[in-house]
Order: sequence, then C-alpha cells, then structure tokens
Amino acid sequence: MEGFWAVFFPVLRVWFTCLVVLIMLPAMFGISLGITETYMKILLKTLEWATHRIQRASRAEEILKRSASNGLIQRNDSSLEQEIEELRRNRPKSAERGDFTLSDVLYFSTRGIESIVEDDVTQRFTSEELVSWNLLTRTNNNFQYISLRLTVLWGVGVVVRYCILLPLRVKGWLSELVHLMCYRICARGLSATIHYHNKQNRPKRGGICVANHTSPIDVVILANDGCYAMVGQVHGGLMGVLQRAMERSCPHIWFERAEMRDRHLVTQRLRDHVNNKTKLPILIFPEGTCINNTSVMMFKKGSFEIGGTIYPVAIKYDPQFGDAFWNSSKYSMVSYLLRMMTSWAIVCNVWYLPPMTQEEGEDAVQFANRVKSTIAQQGGLVDLAWDGGLKRAKVKESFKEQQQKKYSHMVVGDDSSD
Amino acid sequence: MGSTNSTLLKIPNVEVLMQETGFSPAHIIRLHDRFKALDKEGRGHLCPHDFGAIKELAMNPIGDRIIGAFFSPGKETVDFHTFVKILAHFRPVDKDRPKEPNSPEPINSRSNKLKFAFQLYDQDKDGKISRDELLQVLRAMLGMQVTDEQLESIADRTIQEADLDRDDTISFEEFRKACKHKRFTMFRFCIRPGERKLMLTLCHWSSELQDQHEL
Repeated sequence: MEGFWAVFFPVLRVWFTCLVVLIMLPAMFGISLGITETYMKILLKTLEWATHRIQRASRAEEILKRSASNGLIQRNDSSLEQEIEELRRNRPKSAERGDFTLSDVLYFSTRGIESIVEDDVTQRFTSEELVSWNLLTRTNNNFQYISLRLTVLWGVGVVVRYCILLPLRVKGWLSELVHLMCYRICARGLSATIHYHNKQNRPKRGGICVANHTSPIDVVILANDGCYAMVGQVHGGLMGVLQRAMERSCPHIWFERAEMRDRHLVTQRLRDHVNNKTKLPILIFPEGTCINNTSVMMFKKGSFEIGGTIYPVAIKYDPQFGDAFWNSSKYSMVSYLLRMMTSWAIVCNVWYLPPMTQEEGEDAVQFANRVKSTIAQQGGLVDLAWDGGLKRAKVKESFKEQQQKKYSHMVVGDDSSD
Repeated sequence: MGSTNSTLLKIPNVEVLMQETGFSPAHIIRLHDRFKALDKEGRGHLCPHDFGAIKELAMNPIGDRIIGAFFSPGKETVDFHTFVKILAHFRPVDKDRPKEPNSPEPINSRSNKLKFAFQLYDQDKDGKISRDELLQVLRAMLGMQVTDEQLESIADRTIQEADLDRDDTISFEEFRKACKHKRFTMFRFCIRPGERKLMLTLCHWSSELQDQHEL
C-alpha cells in the first residue's frame, strides 16, 4: 500500500507541473498552444456521436424538428378577438352584433390552465432544456438507459471532469485571485472559448456598456476583452471578497444597499463617471437579474436616463457544453461555481453592436426597448416585455385591466350600435 | 439514465393516478416538476398563494375562479393527485375508448369538461347558475369597462336564451344544450409514444363528433 502512494505522489507532481507549463504559462502571455481548440473539437465529435446514439434509440428525428422553442405547450398564439370569434362561429343566431355567450368563459379558462402548466416568465428562470444530452447528469431529465457504450462514455466523462478538469480549474481559479488583472487565466481555467464579433464596436471610455445577463461569469467574459468599471451592490460572502479584490485594480462604483433606493444619488454618481471621458466604460446589466439565456427581459430604464452613448453587447452561451445560467434561488454562489468548473466548457459568442444614443422625442422606456430588441435580434433570443423583477414581485393590476378592456370591446362595443 | 423511474417511485399511488387520469409516466413527471416548481416552500402541497404567483394567471380576469376550481370546498391545500386530476380534464377525448356500461366515466369525457366549465360559473355548487352568479362572472371578465345597466341587460338576455324551463336559472342540462352548437376550443395534451416533451395543443372539435360520442 505504501509503495503505491510512494509511486503515486511523484506521478501526481509531474502531472501538475506539466499542466502548469502547458496551460498557465501560455495563458499568462496570451499565447495559445491550440490545446483548448483540439479539446473542443474532440468534445464536439463525442457529443455528436452520443446524440446520434440516443436518436437512433428513440426515433427522435421529429423531436429535433419540433423543438424550436423551449416551451412545453404548443400554444395557439392568436389574439383574444380571434379566439372568441372561433368559439362563436357556429352560432345559429345572427352573429353581426357582438354579444356575450356562455362559452366565452372557455377562452379565459383555457389560457388560465395553460399558464398553470407553463408560463412564459417562470420558465425563463430555470435552466434551458437541451434537445440532445450532453453527457452531464444535471441536464438529463428524461433520458433513459440507452446502451452500454453510452454508459461507459458517461463514466469516463465523470472521471475526466472530476479528477482532471476540476483540480486544474481550482488551481487556475486561485491564481486569478492572486493575479488580479490576469482574467485570461481564469478564462482558460473555465475552458472558456469566447468568440468576439465586431470588435470595432467595442465600448469606449466615457460610454455605457449594456448587456443581457445570464450569470456572474458574464463579467469575466466581457472583462477578458477590455477593462470596465462595474456598477453594483456591495455583497457579502464570496462575492464580497471578489468585489473588494477587483476594487484594487480598477475604479469601480459600488453602492450600499440603502443608497440604491435613492435613485437620484445613483444616477448622479453614474452621470459624473460618464462625463469624465478618461474613465473606463461602465458595465451595466439592465435586466437586473439572471435570465436563462433564451430570452431578454425588460430593461430597466434607469441606465438609459443617464445620457451618454450606449454600447449594446449581446452574449449568447452555447448550452451544449455547460449551462452557465445561475439560478440564484436554487444554488448558492459556491455550488454554482462548482457546477461551472465541472462542466465541459464554457463556450459563448459575444457580439459588440454599434453604439446607440437616445433620439429626439424618444423617452427612456422606448430607448430601452429599442436597445433590447437589437440585442435580442443579434443574439437570437426571444424579446420579452416581462419584467425580470417578476422573479420575486407581483404583477400589476393594469395588465388585468387591459384584458378586461379588450373583452368588453367585443361584448359591449358592438352592442352600442343596436 | 434511470432518473425517470426514481422520480416516479417518489410519488405515492402513481399507478392509480395514471390509470384514473390516463397520463403517461412522462407526463406525470413533467407535471410533478411543475408542481414542485410552484410549491416554492417545498411543503408538498399548494395553496392559493402559490397559484397567485403565476404572473399570467394573475393577469387573467377569471384567474381566481380557475384557482378556486382546484380547491374543493373547505380545503385550503391541493396535493399532487388533485392537481393532476383537475388538469386531466383537459386531455383530448379518447375517441377509441370502448363503451363499457359499468366503467366510470373518464375525467376527460366531454360531459366532465362541460361540468368543469359549469363550475366556473356555479360557485355555490347548487347545480344551477343563478342570475347573481352570472353577473359576478360578467363583472370579472369585463371589469369596470361597462356600466351596471349594460351588465344586467347582458345577463337578462343570456338567461332568456338559455333558460328553457323558465325558472330564472341555468341548470347543467340547459348549459350543455346552450353549448351544443358551439365549436369548442379547449387545449389538450398530445400523447405520442416515446416523446420527450409534453405537447399541449389547442384542438377544434366540431359539434357532429360530440353528438355521436358522449351525449
């Protein structure tokens, strides 16, 4: 037994030294040895093969075609008016004047039950479902045992991920704390392959960079390609440590929780920062919360009232290699990081979009929506008008009134011509 | 890999549930996930407050009535079985079901679907929709957009058309007849073997089919 350990430790040491040399040193100097790229290619091929096996086993070609959306329910997206017309179409009586019919209630009850089974908002706060299985148990919802080969492959994957990738990344992650400016090491540590598009539109000093939010890693991804001043709340715990560490390298804007409620104070501080053209561009996530990267939710207008040039950035993760979404109500920061480090890789695309400014006669809300649609369009995300804050808050009464208005128009609006 | 079976085992009496409602194991698991997602505090049952947290439902004019349909009178909680049974109303009618005289009617029969809709009106569950109850539903669906007089005239007209025995209320039979000539639009669960996702689609049903089968 002792002999085994005696052999094992030197082997381990050699192994780690190799890794350091091959991975960390090039990372520090920004050179790539092409190892990550090869790793990615092998990974892709393996996942494709795995998907193929599962497809064959379950005759699932039609599933691939059909699951364009992430939804559970195939909804009929016609409007209230169209649906009620359908319900009334077979009436034996004259249908020229609008009227109430007993079956109208079916429209509302159908919509209600649909939303009980699945609603647009709640599903954005859980992880996206993948069509194919990427050999991580955490994304496996419904796949059953397919074949021995697949199980073996999965087993090998577990070994690789926990025994090789994880220690690597912990080491890499620790050094990021030490070398504050070396975001690249951290990125390599996560095997993050980031494709930056349109680098000519990169945010400049004195501007505001606006992006969709999926996880705290967004910051790392963007910071890899430029320096930003962060805006945010002072956190406790692990996040707080990170924040204080970052504070030493760049001048950031951190707020106390109490201050955040005083919107004028916040806006004023941001405005001062922006007007100073020598200061780094501010990075803001206007959604206010993490969304699962299939959609973009309502942008809070606060960031758009500051003035200055907005540089929109769209970030889209490739879910096949690892789900980057942080479900803050389900996972703490530490367990989230653990999951990140044991995924296959983080692959994402970052698109820098051309700068936008507020136009004449456009108010902050309209401007925010315009920027939101640009980002959604570029990233291939669904553009939703729902507020991300609904994760924790209630719906306003005015939405119900809108529905009531529409319906009454049908029932009573026509009657007035009697 | 094998996680489906373990989830099923955690649900008590799941065999009975599947038989009564006609849902497949995959559907039950989906609904169980949804149930757990709604049950944020992990108590194992839902209360009206949990349903109220669904944003689109809060926006629905008759949202509270739909929520009320899940809770039997006097009960404050909904367990998973009841939840699934209520949703089973919205499965498509099994056209190939053999007509056995002694077997109980399945939950998703046309008659039971109509009973569900009827209950949305008939809150005191006396088997009749009174004028007051009708007014309440109308007020919920129309909000403050119409005056009281308009509301009353609509209610009067509806009762006049549907009430055949002239007792100033609409019974279930009269309700059924009033809906007979309508094309129903109710969503349904699509059941296809080996399918990974639950597909729910809206289905249109013509009145001829209805007459042949259930009535």
